[in-house]
Amino acid sequence: MRVPLSWLADYVDLPAGTSGRDVADALEGVGIEVEAVEDVAADLTGPLVVGRVLEYVEEPQSNGKTIRWCQVDIGAEVPQGIVCGAANFAVGDAVVVVLPGAVLPGGFAIAARKTYGHVSGGMICSVRELGLGDDHLGILVLTDADLAGGVPGDDARAVLGIPDAVIDVAVTPDRGYCLSVRGIAREAATSLGVAFRDPADRQVPTGEGPGWPVVIDDASGCDRFVARTVRGIDPAAPSPLWLRRRLGLAGMRPISVAVDVTNYVMLELGQPTHGYDRDRLTGPIVVRRATAGETIETLDGTPRPLDPQDLLITDGSGPIGVAGVMGGASTELSASTVDVVVEAAHFAPLVIARASRRHRLSSEASRRFERGVDDNLAPAAADRIVELLVALSGGHADPGVSDLDLRPNRPPITLDLGFPARLVGVDLAPADVVRYLEAVGCTVVIDDRTPETGEVTAPSWRPDLVAAVDVVEEVARLHGYDTIIGVLPAVRPGAAQQLPGRDITRVGRALAAAGYVEVRCYPFLGDASFDALGLQPGDVRRRTLRLANPLSDEEPLLRTTLLPGLLATARRNLGRGFGDLALYETGSVFRPVGDGPLFAPRLGVDRRPTDDEIAALVAGLPDQPVHVAVALSGAAEQRGWWGAGRPAGWADAVEAARTIAEAVGAQVLVRSAQLAPWHPGRCAEIVVTVPGADGEPGERVVAGHAGELHPRVCAELGLPPRTCAAEVSLRTLVSAVLPAAPAPAISSFPVASQDVALVVDEAVPAAAVADALVAGAGPLLESLRLFDVYTGEQVGGGRKSLAYALRLRANDRTLTAEEASAARDAAVDEAVRRVGAVLRR
Amino acid sequence: MSAPNKGYDPVQVTALHPAEVARAQTEALQAIAATADLADLKEVRLAHDGDRSPLALANREIGALPPQAKAEAGKRVVEARGAIRAALAAREADLTAQRDARVLVEEAVDVSLPYDRSPAGARHPLTTISERICDVFVALGYAVADGPEVEAEWFNFDALNFLPDHPARTTQDTFWVESAESGVVLRTHTSPVQARTMLTQEPPIYVICPGRTYRTDELDATHTPVFNQVEGLVVDEGITMAHLKGTLDHFATAMFGTGIVTRLRPHYFPFTEPSAEVDLRCFVCRGDSVDNPDRPCRTCGSQGWIEWGGCGMVHPHVLIACGIDPERYTGFAFGMGIERTLMFSGGVQDMRDMIEGDVRFTRAFGMEV
Repeated sequence: MRVPLSWLADYVDLPAGTSGRDVADALEGVGIEVEAVEDVAADLTGPLVVGRVLEYVEEPQSNGKTIRWCQVDIGAEVPQGIVCGAANFAVGDAVVVVLPGAVLPGGFAIAARKTYGHVSGGMICSVRELGLGDDHLGILVLTDADLAGGVPGDDARAVLGIPDAVIDVAVTPDRGYCLSVRGIAREAATSLGVAFRDPADRQVPTGEGPGWPVVIDDASGCDRFVARTVRGIDPAAPSPLWLRRRLGLAGMRPISVAVDVTNYVMLELGQPTHGYDRDRLTGPIVVRRATAGETIETLDGTPRPLDPQDLLITDGSGPIGVAGVMGGASTELSASTVDVVVEAAHFAPLVIARASRRHRLSSEASRRFERGVDDNLAPAAADRIVELLVALSGGHADPGVSDLDLRPNRPPITLDLGFPARLVGVDLAPADVVRYLEAVGCTVVIDDRTPETGEVTAPSWRPDLVAAVDVVEEVARLHGYDTIIGVLPAVRPGAAQQLPGRDITRVGRALAAAGYVEVRCYPFLGDASFDALGLQPGDVRRRTLRLANPLSDEEPLLRTTLLPGLLATARRNLGRGFGDLALYETGSVFRPVGDGPLFAPRLGVDRRPTDDEIAALVAGLPDQPVHVAVALSGAAEQRGWWGAGRPAGWADAVEAARTIAEAVGAQVLVRSAQLAPWHPGRCAEIVVTVPGADGEPGERVVAGHAGELHPRVCAELGLPPRTCAAEVSLRTLVSAVLPAAPAPAISSFPVASQDVALVVDEAVPAAAVADALVAGAGPLLESLRLFDVYTGEQVGGGRKSLAYALRLRANDRTLTAEEASAARDAAVDEAVRRVGAVLRR
Repeated sequence: MSAPNKGYDPVQVTALHPAEVARAQTEALQAIAATADLADLKEVRLAHDGDRSPLALANREIGALPPQAKAEAGKRVVEARGAIRAALAAREADLTAQRDARVLVEEAVDVSLPYDRSPAGARHPLTTISERICDVFVALGYAVADGPEVEAEWFNFDALNFLPDHPARTTQDTFWVESAESGVVLRTHTSPVQARTMLTQEPPIYVICPGRTYRTDELDATHTPVFNQVEGLVVDEGITMAHLKGTLDHFATAMFGTGIVTRLRPHYFPFTEPSAEVDLRCFVCRGDSVDNPDRPCRTCGSQGWIEWGGCGMVHPHVLIACGIDPERYTGFAFGMGIERTLMFSGGVQDMRDMIEGDVRFTRAFGMEV
């Protein structure tokens, strides 16, 4: 809301010399946010005078323009010769002339200069050049009324009302009353401690009989309707400069006197109104909801189908306005309108908000009605319009007044006068509370028998004040939030814990320590992402949730896998010259549950929902497990003075999965698998055993996959060959975490080391050989390590040799050579039995 | 070797002559002193203290001496050999020390060589700053809470006292999942976790909740459709705005340093009443730029304060919808943008840097912020 300081001064006794900044500070002191203070023509210096055009000669120019070479009376003995490009004035018109030596707003210095073949002694000004508005269609022509007795040569500043300032107030949705000079003036006066004159406080005639007939058919949408009639206006009468100036400074464009007056009163009082061309009305005005199939052409020229929820202003011809949003074209004020019916009504905020949204039509009126307009303002606003129309356009008021008042009673708020102090945490005497509430317009009634309690009636312009906490905020802001002295609450011990996120932290630290860099991608995908990964049509990851209003139509889906985002980020880094990459991401993926359409009910809010209701609500939401993924390309180890580098490979990706599992304390089994987007021969599945209930045997669950990406996927995504990746479900890993194992018994007897090399079929997984050795060696085996894998002629085609180091040790004695050999032999025997191993000698 | 002198026959054995012994000793000591390294010393030891050395050979001749001469000759030889061995030992120690010193010099390396064999990893600063915020509040006794990103409209709006037609619910501001009638949204703030917490816990409630949130903004230097918030919620008996202010001041100081406090300005949020915006004392100029044209501050626009987040006292409607008795309990809640906090504390200029995943950005922050 833009408020000119001069307008505000009409209603607030501002101390002499009060600047726009002073008022802004005062408003901020009571919690009204000011976005900006704009000085109006404060930087206009030098001679600016009233002039009168004595004569002019039109001179067509070679550039196609026609200029006027004017002789202008500026109160000097000799007229001033001035070149003017505008044509909206006549001989004898009074204008504003800026003379050489002056500087216009924006630092535009005026000098006598030669232009179009003349020496122009200054400039005839437009509204925009003076900083008074956006109107630049022509120069500003002053009427005799505007001059108010001024003559050529007078300083034009007094006529123009400059300098001035505009205070731009940011209005929160609960403070609709601040969308008016009236509301801002009240706050400024309260803060400055000076008198406030309410512009709505006026004697309104009750009327000699009814005015234009009005019927309210829907009191839930409209509970107040005032209609007044002004006849015989001069539609061509110009709006006076002061009115246009104020509209312009407030950010509205002057149009015609009848329209300008309604806008002016809306800005001044906060009451949107509407004018109808009386000659084009047929029969009584009826306020009702639309019926199916009705349409209206609004005065922006747009035909609009109407919804049965739309509240309408209608007459015998049908809809003539969407209530509180925009009037209709059929009864619009026009250049021939002489009789005007003025509507000032109060509409339900929700009805207007919905209509405005439904029709994608936000107007100055709907903005105000949505936030709540003073429901007792209509008579004063209508009367003010009548007054202005009569004064400015030569009309006269009909004596009849229609005022339908269907407003329900507003119950007072019972306030414990100690409550504000208790909630805010400051010292506040009950008398202070009452004083602050009266300052915002409330009446407070205190029964002597219960002096601790007040019955607070909020003023009609504060529909937002409905409960005790609402008035506490008023008390607190007038007392000043800066009076609140901070104190830390005494938290009862025992609550502190950091369980959510703890595992994510552990995993992140482990991966970062292993050289991975964290990225955080948007969770939006398109089907193209899945195609690029080579996912089969039935792949579970293709079952997605879709945004109704995605930012990009290319990516309307919520991710079911972290890989597309991670790989896209990898490629972005590659494009920026970083080829040796190790990236990781942790984040939620989103999976639909159930087969029906997604639906979560809107429960009531007047009580706590039952546990069943909450459970049903939560059950409607998708499954959102946290995943961890890594991507690797280029070198895992760099070449350097220490020797050769090492390219990242499938084993690094599998190791990353193990690192993740270890970070949260989960034991994993790694076995070969085939799943897109991985290379079918270089893909591992990461398996955990989820413990069963009550000692039941655990169930093996796949927690994720790791390995080298399929060559086609690398090519498709523009990634280097042999890019590797892993993705695991953190939730699945955590579900398999067992209670901490008991501490092992540490033997101090000497170790017996035995090496064995076993030849097996190439298809036999090393993990199976190791399992067999462990099982066969028995309890003496302290550890087992694979230290070499050999394939080649010595073991024959299709075979491989696996060399293991066994460390054997007993808890209670030094092992004899025979014991150690026996354990080794037993291990080998088991490998022979299970996987057909042959001991290599 | 001469035969034993059983007959006490006075025999002169040249080798045992005092002059000969003295000469052998002198030669040996000279040879020892002349050794250059341990290999030399080994040869010298063999020559002058070995089995074939002059004094060893002389020793064997002692038996040929008459008994009265044996003692004197023996003593002479032993003394000479002792002197030689002492000299050998001393020289060996000397040469060993020299060798060791030389080896250590030869083995010296350039310790300034880089060892960037495996590139360093790093955690995203949005992650680590969230953890730091949680640490501040866990130290005060708060619990960390979380909730889902795809959230029921009821938790995100209704339970938080957003009226059914509140504009924030529209597709202009909120991502709707599947359809605008599904009742399911991408949460627009972390505040639904307030409702989830209150529905599942009895007061006293002290929780801090960082998390990812969504609004339909296009990505630019200061906006991102996917962002992070941290939400604080306290519900207990006797909680006041003073507790809120004290907590925010503590938070600000913990994140930005001593003297950086907060300011509350009245504002409007559906789920708090009274409500306030939280400003942070400008951590660059600390307010010195206000009304001081000589020292303008770009960070706060010479206002002395910068907007940080929103807060207020939990609205009774929210307490009621979550089953908490507003007559008995009051509470406060606050919410800050984590990106914004990082922009302040980490000097991040462009929101997009936090989104794009460029490894240079993340590595600059290392493992912790």
